[in-house]
Amino acid sequence: MSEHTIRFELNGTPVTATVPADRTLLDLLRTDLGLTGTKEGCSVGVCGACSVLLDGELLSSCILPAVFVDDRRVTTVEGLATDGRLTPVQDAFIRHGGFQCGICTPGQLISATALLAEVEAPTEATVRQWMMGNLCRCTGYEGIVASVLAAAEQSG
Amino acid sequence: MIGYDYVEPLTLDEALESLATHGEDAHLIAGGASLVVMLHQQLIAPSVLVGLRRVEALRGIEARDDGSLRIGATTTHRQIERSPAAVAHAPALAEAFGHIATVRIRNQGTVGGNLAHADPAQDPPPILMALDASVSVAGPSGERRIPVADLFVDLFETSLEPGEIITAVELPPREPSARAIYVKFLPGSRDDYATVSVAASATIAEDGWRNVRIACGAVGPVPLRMRDAEAALEGTTPDDRALADAAATVADAVDPLDDTRGSAGYKRDMAVVWVRRALERLAAGAGR
Repeated sequence: MSEHTIRFELNGTPVTATVPADRTLLDLLRTDLGLTGTKEGCSVGVCGACSVLLDGELLSSCILPAVFVDDRRVTTVEGLATDGRLTPVQDAFIRHGGFQCGICTPGQLISATALLAEVEAPTEATVRQWMMGNLCRCTGYEGIVASVLAAAEQSG
Repeated sequence: MIGYDYVEPLTLDEALESLATHGEDAHLIAGGASLVVMLHQQLIAPSVLVGLRRVEALRGIEARDDGSLRIGATTTHRQIERSPAAVAHAPALAEAFGHIATVRIRNQGTVGGNLAHADPAQDPPPILMALDASVSVAGPSGERRIPVADLFVDLFETSLEPGEIITAVELPPREPSARAIYVKFLPGSRDDYATVSVAASATIAEDGWRNVRIACGAVGPVPLRMRDAEAALEGTTPDDRALADAAATVADAVDPLDDTRGSAGYKRDMAVVWVRRALERLAAGAGR
């Protein structure tokens, strides 16, 4: 199997990594780089636990070949807060109970961040539709929707 | 570990050369939304993956002066969903791409990859068939066009020859008074595959319906044109009864599979119902 040296920006820092052709971005992040904030859920791109931003676009890292991020910009949940200051989305999830067990939370935060980057003041319907692909097996959806709406208000 | 080599050509010629060199052992990868899952589940085991992401000739959406639209093969579903040119061509075109799975999948999957994957329950084929789209294909013996309606041969099988690459989807100009809609019957969650989906297009004038196109997804091993229903309506000004009669012909045209989204019999019934509803909405003025 071929190996590839890729260079990309990870949470604002340039990274060089050598990966086998079949490495997923999820495994590169968690296993090779030790960034375990991004979670593995379904492994088939459905549940949203592994959500990351690639050049600001929301993607499932579990089905994204790591070679695809060469020359691009990756943001994970570890890259949201700066200097210990939480983003409005992170802050709202705490204040409005946007999580229960927490395993889906990194994906929820990344997904909500992508939404608010695109739609400044989303309606509840827009939030529900956008966040639909991020499953919460605790079924804490009301808190998640409330958190995203509160973050939108805070950011706006 | 799955185990394959990855090559990333920079031009279409290099990509064609890679396919020619590696033959049947090579597989193209565009966005990878479906292919990576198939690799992980070992449904396919290529020895070489040829990545298309750097091939510029496969990108972009171009609205031409004559009213036609070219969508590069590696354009993502989300780019089409949000493209003003796609909306201007037919709002139902952009809407259909917005129905695919979730934002994450629409950011990854591409129209060329979607069509080459040939999953009969996907959203793009019916609307592309209803809009008379074709694919441009490059291969060892040059370029050719394949109507999307002729692309699908069987479940996950296309009429593409070995060594060929879909380069673009081509949509012909539309008459200003043409209408098109796409409806997706989803009894489960909104990100699911359709139980039955219907795209319908027609030019509705005072002297009758012309260029009637009806295509269904998830009703057989391939997406299907409903040619009897189209013929029943062509040149007529149908009332509700005539629309229902045309929709009833769909029962004999579909060939559904039993799966978790319903039995074959249920899907056959739902195909008739949703074709009728789509036609009624067209008749009522939807889909301008």
